[in-house]
Amino acid sequence: MSTVLFFIAAIGVITGAVGVVVLRNPFYSVLALVAHLVSLAVLFLLLRAEFVAAVQVVVYAGAVMVLYVFVVAYVGGEAGESIGDRLHGVGSRSPAGPVGSGLRLGGAILGGAVLVELLIALLGTGLEAVNGYGAGYTPGPQAYGTPAYIGKLLLTRFLVAFEIASFLLVIAAVGGVVLARRRGGLEEDEDERGLLAPLAAPRPQGTGTMAEGVGQAARDAGVVNGHEAFAARRESVGPRA
Amino acid sequence: MSIAWYLAVSAIVFSLGALGVMTRRNPLVVLLCLELMLNGGNLALIAFSRMWGNGDGQILALIVMTVAACEVCIGLGMIVAIYRRHLPIDVDELRELQG
Repeated sequence: MSTVLFFIAAIGVITGAVGVVVLRNPFYSVLALVAHLVSLAVLFLLLRAEFVAAVQVVVYAGAVMVLYVFVVAYVGGEAGESIGDRLHGVGSRSPAGPVGSGLRLGGAILGGAVLVELLIALLGTGLEAVNGYGAGYTPGPQAYGTPAYIGKLLLTRFLVAFEIASFLLVIAAVGGVVLARRRGGLEEDEDERGLLAPLAAPRPQGTGTMAEGVGQAARDAGVVNGHEAFAARRESVGPRA
Repeated sequence: MSIAWYLAVSAIVFSLGALGVMTRRNPLVVLLCLELMLNGGNLALIAFSRMWGNGDGQILALIVMTVAACEVCIGLGMIVAIYRRHLPIDVDELRELQG
């Protein structure tokens, strides 16, 4: 049963990864990555990492991918060329100068070399445990991989790493806001001064001010200026004791 | 399945991600391929964690996910900033780091 599940999930993982690299439209690449992440969560479950699998689905395939979809929709995922065109240098928009098809072919060769090297390093290792099925596992409320187990580790042995990760998240959030904000104020057409322009039209001097409101009362009293009206009233009353 | 199978899958995913980083030109897709590489590393970490039967590898995988979230935040912020400045969204044409 677990063998069948492993092969289904592994095929999903690899197909999703190929889809991310090959698909022409960035939007479809994001969707392929979501499929890849969900299949990878199945592999994590098979490795008895329950909490990490849940985090993978909820945080990674949920929240982070929504962010990607938003940015793809904002930038307008213009269809790039597929990897087959890239490797043959067909349909490239920029002149194939120093970054021509040769380097792209070199990229493909390097990718293959990385794969061979990793397989040699991982499978050709002297570790005999690699061919085993892992350490013993006994189910229980605090067994290996459960949220209780991970939480205990995070808050005891790995407390420093946990705190540093939270600092890193804060720094990244501030950095994201600083990078993506509008620079140099608002655009010309949505300038505040443009919206307020009718109010800035030339007007008779003295209107629209506080002195105007006071001046009306002063005119009733037969005086030109508010200050003089006030001074005249003070004189008529006389200095207070 | 023995641990070696999981390691093989992680190697394939990592090198596919590396291939994508080296050949794709849209920075969004480059970021997605970076995620692929991080996921390959995560799978290897969790497989080794299972092999030894202690949780250190799972904790490291969780920290890697945190770092990946930070990288996405910064990377997408940069892409939005590039888009706002009407620069081409193409890593081949964004060769100069000025302005």
